[in-house]
Amino acid sequence: MFRSPRRAAAIVLLMVLPLVLAACSDTGGKKAAEAAAGGGNTVAAGHANTPHYTIAMITHAAPGDTFWDKIRNGATAAAAKDNITLKYSSDPDPTKQAQLIDDAVNSHVNGIAVTDPNPGALCPTIQKAKQAGIPIVMFNAGYSNYQSCGGMEYFGQDEAIAGVAAGKRLAAAGKKNVLCVLQAQGQAQLEARCAGVKEGLGSEGTMSKLYVNGVDNSAVLSSLSAELTRNTKIDAVITLGAQFALIAIQALNQAHSSAKLYTFDTSAEEIAKIKSGAVQWAVDQQPYLQGYESVDGLWLYLTNGNIIGGGQVVLTGPSFVDASNVDAVAKYAAAGNR
Amino acid sequence: MAQTTEAPVAPPPRADERVGRKSPLARMLARPEAGAIAGAIVIYIFFFIIAPPFRNASSFSSVLYVTSTYGLMATPVALLMIGGEFDLSAGVAVTSSSLCASLFSYEFTTNAWVGVLVALVLSLFIGFINGWIVVKTGIPSFLVTLGTFFMLQGLNIALTQTITNQVSSPDISTLQGFNSARQVFSASWTIGGVNIRTSVVYWIVFVIIATWILLRTHIGNWIFSVGGNPASARAVGVPVGRMKIGLFMAVGFMAWFTGMHTLFLFNTIQSGQGIGNEFVYIIAAVVGGCLLTGGYGSAVGAAIGALIFGMVNQGIVYAGWNPDWFQFFVGALLLGAILLNTYIRRRAEASI
Repeated sequence: MFRSPRRAAAIVLLMVLPLVLAACSDTGGKKAAEAAAGGGNTVAAGHANTPHYTIAMITHAAPGDTFWDKIRNGATAAAAKDNITLKYSSDPDPTKQAQLIDDAVNSHVNGIAVTDPNPGALCPTIQKAKQAGIPIVMFNAGYSNYQSCGGMEYFGQDEAIAGVAAGKRLAAAGKKNVLCVLQAQGQAQLEARCAGVKEGLGSEGTMSKLYVNGVDNSAVLSSLSAELTRNTKIDAVITLGAQFALIAIQALNQAHSSAKLYTFDTSAEEIAKIKSGAVQWAVDQQPYLQGYESVDGLWLYLTNGNIIGGGQVVLTGPSFVDASNVDAVAKYAAAGNR
Repeated sequence: MAQTTEAPVAPPPRADERVGRKSPLARMLARPEAGAIAGAIVIYIFFFIIAPPFRNASSFSSVLYVTSTYGLMATPVALLMIGGEFDLSAGVAVTSSSLCASLFSYEFTTNAWVGVLVALVLSLFIGFINGWIVVKTGIPSFLVTLGTFFMLQGLNIALTQTITNQVSSPDISTLQGFNSARQVFSASWTIGGVNIRTSVVYWIVFVIIATWILLRTHIGNWIFSVGGNPASARAVGVPVGRMKIGLFMAVGFMAWFTGMHTLFLFNTIQSGQGIGNEFVYIIAAVVGGCLLTGGYGSAVGAAIGALIFGMVNQGIVYAGWNPDWFQFFVGALLLGAILLNTYIRRRAEASI
């Protein structure tokens, strides 16, 4: 024990300061990233001289979920180009998300881009926004009934279709026992993906589910390695988010499992793992495109009355990132856009 | 119960029961962690019977690993609860610490160890602020740390987003010093096919240190007295305020340690991590015999409590039960452990 807390603090400070000043890293870090990216890493596409609009983007993103960074990056890029002020907000709780939509209506925004993971809870609020005369674009979630909810355009993938595509590809690779890892319980989209994988596998193989605590990396690692130890017949693991694929790599090692690893969605780190072969492929729904098109679609409607898709959904996925195209995608992933 | 059935035919001259000798069993059962140990044994046997993979040594090392990630934090949280306070910010404080280390060393391209030290300062500071507000204002720590819980949660996400333009920290595995830091915080080695992570060893060491402090030092006495009756503790000269701030800083220290383990194991950290774990730490301490009112409990008990939680979490997966029911089973088994714990403690108290 130090005699006085002040002296202890001073000693700690004295210890830390010279280290900070002297101990720079020659490898990695931001300097290396900037050197690799050649300075700028944002997409710039000119600047429109159309009237200034304010658009609200309201999603069901859980705090800290990396997937939504790419949606937001796309939306920000489109807003910068289109002379638009983007107001982004999110809440995974449907009642709170509905409140955010109400808030946007009350602040008289010029357009709303919204995700709808829970039509029962959100549809009435979205319809109210439409009745207030605000154009609505929907994206990412709400594929099946976006029009009845009041959306004029939809950008995204159908999770079931994406799941089926993944399942078929797994069946083609000869996988018999597929483990679908869900990072949360009670989310319709995640369930739809696993159900799609099961459908896609058909009679070729079986699908089992594992729920993990997505907000605790150590818990994900332990649960997954436990399941791989229990069921040694598992020959394919498919995670429903890029960050979970990275943890699954460690879980496979820990459980001495020879199962192959697949995932939904992408991130820079995960794409590097596709390159190295630790992850076989990723189902890509192009979130950057969803964010970008939602804002750009509203801008086209506000400035020129256009409707992208002409009343039909615009599918942004599923596409696959695998060994054949990973190099092309990797450089955009490093900038946080893929 | 036992006393009522024994009809005293000829009562022998009784010695003062406060200094009388008790049987070793009675003394053991009177320890705070006795009920938890019984609960842990029951749950171990339960899963040993119904879940074949649970019997392997390698599976149990996986149980021990997940236990250690909770147990590291449950140890100071138990000390804090014995000292009469709560820390609801403990779960996200772990994430704050790993984000701080990661972002600092990445943004300034420093040696990874620099970030580690900066994060230590931050974590101790968070603990200090929690304790200082509680001591200076007298507001219940439940409310103060609920406030800091939300503030840290917001700071984690907002600062990460502002600095990196994404919600997870960048990969720092190529920084100098990363490998040596990983060796210190998150190494693992294989003995006879069993994978053992250093966090398990650290956890046991910290439990021993905490037990030694509680039972063998005057600081330990002070912790019990501060939690049991702060007014009389103050009256006999215990520095109540400094003790409480120190306990909050101990939680901060372990949040740093746990955060470093997570960071160097996973290279990147999502800013929304850790939410909800504060309750796991408190549950572990309570299952292990800490009273919610303070003044009573043990570090070993909290360790056993964490082990129960770890066994239940992993055991359900090993047993292959319907995953939809996972949370229900976790809750039911924990409630069962607490009931057994309470039952044994009542029996022990009645037999003294």
